Amino acid sequence: MQAFEYANPSTLQEALSLLGNRWGEVDVLAGGTDLLPLMKDEIHTPRRVVNIKNVKELGGIQSTKAGLRIGAAVTLEELLQSALVRKTYPALADAARGIASPQIRNMGTVGGDLCQRPRCWYFRNGFGLLARDAGGQALVPGGENQYHAILGNSGPAYFVSASLLGPALIAYNATVKLASASGSRDVPVEKFFVTPQNDSSREIALLPNEIVTGIVIPSAVTRSATYEVRQRQALDWPLAAASVVLRMKGATVAGARVVLGHVAPTPWVSEEAAQALAGKAINEETATEAGKAALAGATPLSQNAYKVQLARVAVKRALLQAARGRA
Amino acid sequence: MQTLTRVRAIVNEQPVEFLCEPRQSLLECLRDILGLTGSKEGCNDGNCGACTVILDGRPVNSCLVLGVEAEGCRITTIEGIARGTELHPLQRAFLNQAALQCGFCTPGLIVAAKALLDEDPDPSEERIRAFLANNLCRCTGYDKVVRAVQDAAAAGREEVPA
Ligand code: FES
Ligand code: FES
Repeated sequence: MQAFEYANPSTLQEALSLLGNRWGEVDVLAGGTDLLPLMKDEIHTPRRVVNIKNVKELGGIQSTKAGLRIGAAVTLEELLQSALVRKTYPALADAARGIASPQIRNMGTVGGDLCQRPRCWYFRNGFGLLARDAGGQALVPGGENQYHAILGNSGPAYFVSASLLGPALIAYNATVKLASASGSRDVPVEKFFVTPQNDSSREIALLPNEIVTGIVIPSAVTRSATYEVRQRQALDWPLAAASVVLRMKGATVAGARVVLGHVAPTPWVSEEAAQALAGKAINEETATEAGKAALAGATPLSQNAYKVQLARVAVKRALLQAARGRA
Repeated sequence: MQTLTRVRAIVNEQPVEFLCEPRQSLLECLRDILGLTGSKEGCNDGNCGACTVILDGRPVNSCLVLGVEAEGCRITTIEGIARGTELHPLQRAFLNQAALQCGFCTPGLIVAAKALLDEDPDPSEERIRAFLANNLCRCTGYDKVVRAVQDAAAAGREEVPA
């Protein structure tokens, strides 16, 4: 790991004054579960690292008028231990539970989950976010793409968003709160994830001089769930995931949000699945149809067609789980 | 010249103070500066759990923590598990069950299992397996490890008068 200057601020204002104006200069350290490996591999080589774990404003889970506020530095374990989260926002608890290592959940944070870099192995091996060779040729379409995108993959990005909480937060219409030295702004989580167009931009709407301070999830919804399809139960990212939130009118769906994870460079909101569900009761058949609708536009790469069926199944099972409703 | 940062922490109930570079992981600081070589470096990227220590009551991978982040923290390593020369029930149970072969994963497993038993003195087999999911062992196949943790849990419960 390259040498860097370490800053350990105790207030948000101080932390913000330490950030850089360009990506690459300064990195924010929360749980470190992604940043440290990136720095060890010299994918990130910041000249300064700002530890935000001691900034009190970034902690805590509170019920507010606007909904549930979750501080950016809340750990994934704290999120999972919150009775309020488990009871009211099961899709979020399901997603946090999927991060099956206690060691990682104890350090990893909510803000870090949103800001973690893609797992694309070309990126992790120094080929850049868009994974191109020296001549500018994209390596993913003809390469080892079994874990890459099956939707939104017409280029230049082929990786899948690594965020586990993103799909659930988007399904709940949550907002992410960002702050810089000159002010703060709220961004819908759905708009926080972006498909980068060049190697020097990021896959999130955060600016280099900003940090994520927290998340606000609007008040309770009736039924929701996340289902992740995994190769291994622990220490693995999902192959495909789906978070669903259902607004029911009696036994039928008045409104649905279906958001897929690990299938595209951003969490993928499926209007097609929502439409397929409108006015229907949730059962094996309608849930299967919604899964089919969600993947109708899939464009798998040479080695990842298998993910299409996994993603359909994730949608179906998330819907059935949400409809059953567990406390 | 690299600047060194002073870190003060409590390691295995003892106050310690050391100088390190910000880029050194807690694992490196424990092993190379404090001479506590019980915690092992398997993968150095958070996968294997051989470096597990208890940091302020919670098991973490010390290879994913910077030494400078330990400032003011309380850390328990494998060296702090036995009570003097008396082995911890987990250590006895690992020996009795022969829950190790090469032993490389053992410090991490015992520290993680201690964190589990501190939180839940009577864990189900499923809970044990889930809790130890970040501790990889290439030799034992895990069954003996799980049995050792169950034995230690039972021994621990006997020690406490009902
Ligand atoms: S050495 Fe830390 S998890 Fe493997
Ligand atoms: S005993 Fe050899 S790795 Fe576990």
